[in-house]
Amino acid sequence: MKYRPSTLPVPKVLFLSLGILAGSSILAQKKDTTDLMSMLEKETARKPVTNYTIATFKTTRLINAHSIEHVAGGVMDVKISHRFGTLNSGFYELFGLDNASIRIGADYGITDWLMIGLGRASYEKQYDGFMKVKLLRQSSGAKKMPVSISGFAGMYYNTLKWSEPDRENYETSRINYAFQLLIARKFSEGFSLQLSPTLVHKNLVPGADDPNDLLSVGIGARQKLTKRMSVNVEYYYQVPGYKLEGSVNPLSIGLDIETGGHVFQFIFTNSTGIAENQYITGTTGEWSNGDVHFGFNIARVFTLGKKKK
Amino acid sequence: MKNIILIALLLSGFQGLQAQDIFFTRTGKVEFKAGSSVEDIDGVNNEAASMIHTKTGEIAFTLLVKSFHFKRALMEEHFNENYMESTVYPKASFKGKITNLAAVNFAAAGQYNATAEGELTIHGVTKKVTVPGKITVQNGKFSGQSTFKILLSDYGIKVPSVVADKIAKEAEITVLCQYEPK
Repeated sequence: MKYRPSTLPVPKVLFLSLGILAGSSILAQKKDTTDLMSMLEKETARKPVTNYTIATFKTTRLINAHSIEHVAGGVMDVKISHRFGTLNSGFYELFGLDNASIRIGADYGITDWLMIGLGRASYEKQYDGFMKVKLLRQSSGAKKMPVSISGFAGMYYNTLKWSEPDRENYETSRINYAFQLLIARKFSEGFSLQLSPTLVHKNLVPGADDPNDLLSVGIGARQKLTKRMSVNVEYYYQVPGYKLEGSVNPLSIGLDIETGGHVFQFIFTNSTGIAENQYITGTTGEWSNGDVHFGFNIARVFTLGKKKK
Repeated sequence: MKNIILIALLLSGFQGLQAQDIFFTRTGKVEFKAGSSVEDIDGVNNEAASMIHTKTGEIAFTLLVKSFHFKRALMEEHFNENYMESTVYPKASFKGKITNLAAVNFAAAGQYNATAEGELTIHGVTKKVTVPGKITVQNGKFSGQSTFKILLSDYGIKVPSVVADKIAKEAEITVLCQYEPK
């Protein structure tokens, strides 16, 4: 067939438009191939998320004291705390290993922000119950919050025989209360710090000049050594004039080891008691005299309820 | 004049088509299983974001590790804190291509086997992977599904010996995304 240039306008338009089509599609493709990932990131960045800090401490107790941590809703945490006698009791008592002060207790998370606990301590044959409420959560991202804050309230009932049965004794004299504000910040993956302003109220105090309302500030810190091991320190400063005569500020040092659902805490402390009213206001042993107890806490969690997805 | 209108029409038609080429989801589901006979370790993330370019076959996929949720709160904490280190490596992502794009017809309803090849980044480690998948086209939309296994050690995720019998060395990952036109 002989070639004849066409004079019809249609094919021209077709060629022209095809050319533009091809050109623009190459352009479009080039743009897309380099940018699908960044397009996606831009798209997801439109909805910023709040990043809540987790695992400020390994467990709900730093050493003796409550940490900012809660058990989650529907989770039970069984805790066995054991303090041997003092190291300075000598070889006859095998440096304290012959004696023991024990608290057995269980904590339960009613919701993720509210937990309760019950326990019984051998020291002063004391029963205790407490409630801990999350007020603020440390976060970054869409919502920013520098610290986590929880409120703690505990009630304590000792069942010792009356030391002076001849005088008129009131049942209410057995009761103590503790109120704490727990303020913590996780500064880095490894380091967390907590401040705990505390009020302990004792219905009955030993001395006539002792105040019933006892004020103190706790300071606690943890430094991770590995992912599953950390060193903790905890100290309570009792405000002069608001402390019991003869009481000593408690200082404790601990090592946390975590394996799956268990947390083991090995500790040295100058406090014999394990409940708040006991260790904060009732410690008498001095570190400098070797009045130091070796001890441990064992915690095991059980998931009872189903967690909401 | 006629020509110009024609060109403009053709171009505008093409522009429309181009936007239709990108499909998107923000609610992709990713399941992760690394349990054993001793313990179930299942995490679910319903907030994965992904884009697919149907013309080029490109896939982009990203998720926040913290959005994986577990039945046990402590497991979730350990997953983030001890294994995935989600504070240090907050995201996991996949960037790749469908290698058999010709076998997938995004315009016709049906189920197509697809293979994606690309770079998977987990725990800050990027590896080349090839994963099998299925694309199901329906009503102008489609879903992408894939199940594959990864070796935890490939991505630098260390399992301590005390829990080694509870955690699988290989995690099974299932992805399910319902893509919508962007």
